[in-house]
Amino acid sequence: MRIYIIKRLAWFPIVLMGVVTIVFFLTHLVPGSAIRILLGPHATEAMLQHATKEYGLDKPLVYQYGIYLWKVLHGDLGRSIITGRTVIADLAIYLPATIELVITSLIIITVVGITLGVVAAVYKNGMLDFLARGVAVGGVSMPQFWLGLMVVLLFFYWLGILPAGGKIDPNIGAPHHITGLYTLDSLLTGNWAAFKSTLLHLILPAITLSLTNLSTTTRMTRSSMLRTLREDYITMARAYGFGGFRVNFIYALKNALIPVASVLGLTTGYLFGGAFLIETVFDWPGIGLYATRSILNVDYAPVVGVALLTSFIYVAINIVTDIIYPLIDPRIKY
Amino acid sequence: MKKVKERLRYVGYVIKRSPLSIIGVFLIILIICIAIFAPLIAPYSPYKIDMSNTLRPPSAKHWLGTDSLGRDVFSRVVYGSRISLKIAFVVVSIAATSGTLLGVISGYYGGMIDMIIMRIVDVFLAIPTFILAMVAAASLGPSITNVMLALSIIWWTWYARIVRGEVLKLKSMYFILAQKSLGAKSFRIILHHLIPNCMGPIIVQTTLQLGFAILTSAGLSFLGLGAQPPAPSWGLMVSDGRQYLPGYWWMATFPGTAIFLLVMGFLLLGDTIRDVLEREVT
Amino acid sequence: MSCLDSGSKTEKLLEVRDLSTYFFTFQGVVKALEGVDLGIDRNEVVGLIGETGCGKSVTGLSIMGLIQPPGRIIGGKVIFKEQNLLDLKEKELQRIRGKGISMIFQKPMSSLNPVFTIGKQFLDVIRLHRKVKVNEARKIAVTSLRKVVLPDPEETLDRYPHELSGGMQQRVMIAMALACGSDLLIADEPTTALDVSVQLQVLKLLRRVMKDAGMSILLISHDMGVIGSSCERVNVMYAGSVVESGSVRAIIDRPLHPYSKGLMEVIPSFSESTKRLQPLKGEVPNLLHPPQGCRFHPRCPFAMSVCKEKVPPRVEIEDRHYVSCFIFHENQYRS
Repeated sequence: MRIYIIKRLAWFPIVLMGVVTIVFFLTHLVPGSAIRILLGPHATEAMLQHATKEYGLDKPLVYQYGIYLWKVLHGDLGRSIITGRTVIADLAIYLPATIELVITSLIIITVVGITLGVVAAVYKNGMLDFLARGVAVGGVSMPQFWLGLMVVLLFFYWLGILPAGGKIDPNIGAPHHITGLYTLDSLLTGNWAAFKSTLLHLILPAITLSLTNLSTTTRMTRSSMLRTLREDYITMARAYGFGGFRVNFIYALKNALIPVASVLGLTTGYLFGGAFLIETVFDWPGIGLYATRSILNVDYAPVVGVALLTSFIYVAINIVTDIIYPLIDPRIKY
Repeated sequence: MKKVKERLRYVGYVIKRSPLSIIGVFLIILIICIAIFAPLIAPYSPYKIDMSNTLRPPSAKHWLGTDSLGRDVFSRVVYGSRISLKIAFVVVSIAATSGTLLGVISGYYGGMIDMIIMRIVDVFLAIPTFILAMVAAASLGPSITNVMLALSIIWWTWYARIVRGEVLKLKSMYFILAQKSLGAKSFRIILHHLIPNCMGPIIVQTTLQLGFAILTSAGLSFLGLGAQPPAPSWGLMVSDGRQYLPGYWWMATFPGTAIFLLVMGFLLLGDTIRDVLEREVT
Repeated sequence: MSCLDSGSKTEKLLEVRDLSTYFFTFQGVVKALEGVDLGIDRNEVVGLIGETGCGKSVTGLSIMGLIQPPGRIIGGKVIFKEQNLLDLKEKELQRIRGKGISMIFQKPMSSLNPVFTIGKQFLDVIRLHRKVKVNEARKIAVTSLRKVVLPDPEETLDRYPHELSGGMQQRVMIAMALACGSDLLIADEPTTALDVSVQLQVLKLLRRVMKDAGMSILLISHDMGVIGSSCERVNVMYAGSVVESGSVRAIIDRPLHPYSKGLMEVIPSFSESTKRLQPLKGEVPNLLHPPQGCRFHPRCPFAMSVCKEKVPPRVEIEDRHYVSCFIFHENQYRS
């Protein structure tokens, strides 16, 4: 078991290296990409000269790669033109908000997605199956940015019950900073006003992000459930006289959920990707908003920084999932 | 031939029993027709500016209203279908061909080639797709062509991985070993035996990827990385319409709905085909 | 009330009459069971023998009401303790399952839920049928496990299914059926998946334990050795219906139906003739398109013209020895 963990962990730096390489490759797709990425289209001669020296833009590609790698390994991801701070510093500021959003969505997806999947499997080919799958597919088909706007239209402009954007009511102000996660911080400091406000602001973006990512979880749960329900031990349970609820939701579900765990890692990746558009629409101050704002202002270094960070997190989550997996299934031994 | 007919009959049977797929097929055909017959359907040119008629709500004259430059939203949505479909088909065609080729080579020859290709695929897939697309598009410069290029570079990885998986499964099957022992050349084996047997998952993936490609390209356009004004790209239209919410809601709502319907069409169809194939395997 | 034509009402535990189960698949309708008749008394071990695919397992599942779509029981009666199970609603059936009739399957490994401990599954079953607290249930479980000669019953309860051997798993299944205290156990190929050395042990155990508890067994198998060594009576099944039924002795010594004759002849120890072994001609029919009339007629060396058109009705030849074959309707059909 220990060997397995070590093997998985050893994989981590290799993949990260690969990620950095791919990003480098993408930012140098055509001559001039690198400059555009670093300085934007409005570079002055002085800036150009400085960058050329700093990044070795006049040297061969391999050399540039080396410089780039060196910088990344030392946490130098460049500087943002808009904020003026280093990208690393910016990321540290904006990351907690995205994490808060992603975790909330993950919780919603797990609960709702699995329920829909189970319902779809148990009532296979019936009305509920149709509906559950329809909701899942419908959700993933909606462009996230559009859904966000529609939802704001409905709940803020027309119904007036939920806020349109931002993370918290500016009049209430952020709770004392401990983790950066407003919900957690406000709970820890007993700041109920802040807690309530954050929650209200969190609802719409979290639901939008969740709805558009239900599909994978629902589908996986459904097919896993269907497979499990065909197993002998389920027929056996029925042969003992157990009723539908017990058989489906306790005996079958525990088995069916095992493969679903592996899908959750994948889903988290999609959540991070989706966060970009959602944060933009809802003015949610996370790394997604940071990246898209930078793009709009042709400030590209932050975008690359965010790409690297997100990839790191995604790879880490997948490795953690791989390690947890054998713990859930009592049959697997390493 | 008989097997193909039998399969088609089976597919027809399953599709009939699953109303969701019928909706999917209907939507796809509808929108493709709209794209093809755009000039006949759209009452106005999508580029025609009419400053005396700006920001009009939906009416008999302008079914979906007009935008900030007086252009007819309906016509723009109709022509926008061409952009979305073009991007989707181009990207997925390139991705499917190159990805399948690489996947087959990787799976069949194994060894060093396999390792190298798969590591590259793993790394590509380690970066969330949208972010990858964003960086590539930013790097190339915003335009529809560059969006297609950027997505093509990324998209092949899905195919490579799936096809390789299928090939590995097939490789150990007896009929491949039989062919080899009969002296069939590798090339022939790949072309005549491996690829046709992978068609199932490839078709499923293609249908689904068409949907996702549309979503991703729309997202890029929304952020300003894709189509540039005055192109009637759906994503761009939603972005433009955003600042006019809530009073002039039609500019952002309808293009988004179009994206939703087209993508859902592809996903419903792909889902159904996938179900059919899965049933065949079990 | 139910209509039983022979035997005293009080002794008959289970009476299956004319049971038919079809499976409605994409390729067509699979007529798995077509008019199955069988009966089990209290305290007896009855066998159901037939080749793979003849419908033995489907019969067991149909009796329990466990046939899932696309299958459906389309006709007949299953009278258990004077109640027709086919008339009952699901909730009422659930009350009979486990408590009235219990079942064990061929592969004990797949009959136990892999993610729960043996104890959890066992106790759940006990507490479903009896209103006892957890400790009391545990005691009952341990007692049952002792009865099936399982070493370390306490520890076994805390183990996961995959930690036990096949033979041990099957003993657990028997113990669970025992603990339910049902009147009838349907054992579907209980030893087929076990090692040969363990098979006889488990069979003996099964018979002894059930007899002690006063339970009847319907022992389903394709192996005449299994049936011969454990059962008192046996039903011979072919392509979805019972063609002959009687005491094990009678069937072995004096098989009446051409199929039974053929079966006995391929088993060296049961064949009395010194001729070379004669395997049955032909193949098992495709139940999608079963033969018209008597389903055995294409392979039957004694087939007459009427066999191709009508299904032979069941007649009693000697005491409780029934056969479904036109040969025994002398007056009417002898050509």
